[in-house]
This record gives sequence, structure tokens and C-alpha cells, in this order.
Amino acid sequence: MTQRVEIVRKILDANERIAAANRALLDENKVFGVNMMSAPGAGKTSVIMETLRRLPHGVRAGVIEGDTAPVTIDADKISALGTPAVQINTSGSCHLDAVMVELGLQKLDLKLLNLAVIENVGNLICPASFDLGTHANIVIASIPEGDDKPYKYPNIYRGLDVLIINKIDLLPYIDFRMDYFTRGIQILNPDIKIFTVSCKSGEGFEGWMSWLMSKIPAKDQLKDL
Amino acid sequence: MHELAVTESILELANQAASENGASRVTEIFLTIGQLSSIVADSVQFYWDHISKGTPSEGAILHFERVPARLHCKDCGESYQLSEELLPCPACGSIALEIISGEELQIDHIEIMKEKDDTTG
Repeated sequence: MTQRVEIVRKILDANERIAAANRALLDENKVFGVNMMSAPGAGKTSVIMETLRRLPHGVRAGVIEGDTAPVTIDADKISALGTPAVQINTSGSCHLDAVMVELGLQKLDLKLLNLAVIENVGNLICPASFDLGTHANIVIASIPEGDDKPYKYPNIYRGLDVLIINKIDLLPYIDFRMDYFTRGIQILNPDIKIFTVSCKSGEGFEGWMSWLMSKIPAKDQLKDL
Repeated sequence: MHELAVTESILELANQAASENGASRVTEIFLTIGQLSSIVADSVQFYWDHISKGTPSEGAILHFERVPARLHCKDCGESYQLSEELLPCPACGSIALEIISGEELQIDHIEIMKEKDDTTG
């Protein structure tokens, strides 16, 4: 005789509980957390670096870099800008989860920060399912990826707060139907904020930066540390 | 692609429920997986056979209930099932749509066997 036991829980419930704890930790320290996702090569690191360069004086950021291979290429680039960076090697796993981010956050001095940027593993499928405990989920799309991505990878665009469309300087050279692309995005996520940018020319960054700055909570600054 | 992490979570939830209910074995697990959840059942099954070994859930049968994606049009009220491509409302062409179902990734219930009933050893 077997016995039925009702569970009715989300399969990724444990991840979501740790994500909630991460969010509480960020809140307690008045740090705004962003989860940056994209396909490999869309320009996550470039967008993050350009964002860091444009942060006003007194706004301090820390970066958690997720990569599937044991490399520190991205963390080295971020550190070279004078921003604290923590590298997380997911040992082949295709996404960051809340536990990995919890470990990453422990290595950042949150008391001194206003912004925590998490660069997820380059992948348009898996990261969508794992809440990390950030305040905003952001996807960086890029023109060379093609305009059919919302139709092929619908999940990643759900639950997003912001979509940054990068490499718009390549629009004259590539058949990318912006209307078709954004229509797919709007079906999936009608309230999303979309910014079109170019890391190469700097075009479009003002809009993204002012959105970001509007979200960073006020904090007694330890300016001269 | 992230089926391993999903399968590990299923195993953890099932073993935890088994221990809370004094079960020696989990015999069946009922899952609800939405069409939009990007989970491949065969892949979950593949990982399951490996990682459940040596746990109370070893040998448990996985049942997958697939939920199709259904959309609701906020402009004209039409409800429809998503086929393959993401398309605007078939009735009025609006893109003001709401996803009603298809995003589930849930464990519903399990069947357990308690020590005294377990005659299979």
C-alpha cells in the first residue's frame, strides 16, 4: 500500500527562498542589485563596463561575474576599472543560482556599495528559471543575434524589468527588423523598459543610466573611504 | 539545459517529504511542467535515474503532466492556446496579452511507502 503525500510546491522553491534572503541582505545594506543576462557575446561585460564608467562620483558598485569555465577574464577587466569584482566559476553549470550569488555577495563589502551587478552565464535559456534575489532582471540583446530571439527563447523575456538592445551601431549592416523584435518582446512582457544602446559610440546610454540611477536607494555615503 | 538543477530540486523535495512522513521509499512522483518552462522531460528522467540512486526515491516513477501555454487577450477577451510561434491575438491582432498557463514547474504529490508496508526490502 502506498500513501499519497500532497506537496504542491514550485520545484525551484529552495532557490527562491535563498533568493529572497539575498534580496533582504541587499535591502538591509541599501544596495540595488541587478541580474544581467544575455546570449554569449551580446556585450554584457561591455555594457557593465560602460555603465561603471558613467556612474556619478560617490556611487560605488561591486560586480559578481559568473562563468562556466575557471577563467577570470571578465573579473580582471572589471577590477582594472577599480571596481571590486568577484569571479564565480559555475563548474560547467549553465546558469547562476541563488546559492552561488549568496557566496558572491559575502565577498563584497556591501556596506560600502550602492549597486551590485551580477553578470550571469551567457545563455538565453537556463538563467531565466533562477531568481538570484536581485531587484531587477535585465537582458542584453544585440543586433547580430537576429530579430527572432523573443520567438525562439520566450522564457528569458518574461519577468524582465529592462531590455537593453546593444550594438545598434550595426543596424545599417544587418537585417534586423526592430518592429518584429519588439513586438515579440511586448507580447511576452508588456511593461518592460527598453533601451537601445551602442557601447561603441555610447549612444543611448543616458536613458539607461537615468533609469538605473532612479532605482539606486539613498544611502549615507562613506565618500572618502 | 538546466534539467540537472531542476532534477536535483525534485529529488530534494521528494526525499524531504518522505522523511517528514516516515516513509522508507518514494514510489511515484507527479510533476506539472508548463510548455513555456523549457524543461525536457526525457532529460529530467535521464538525470533522475542517476542521482536518485541510493536515496529513498531510487526507482520512483516520474509522471509529467504537460500544461499547454494559454494566452488571454486583454483587449478583446479572446483566450487561445499557443501553438508554436508567438503570435498576436488571432481574433483582434492585439499584443496586449496575458499568459494564463504554461509556465508551471511544480511538484504536485508523491506516493510513498512506509517501513511496515515495505516488503520488497
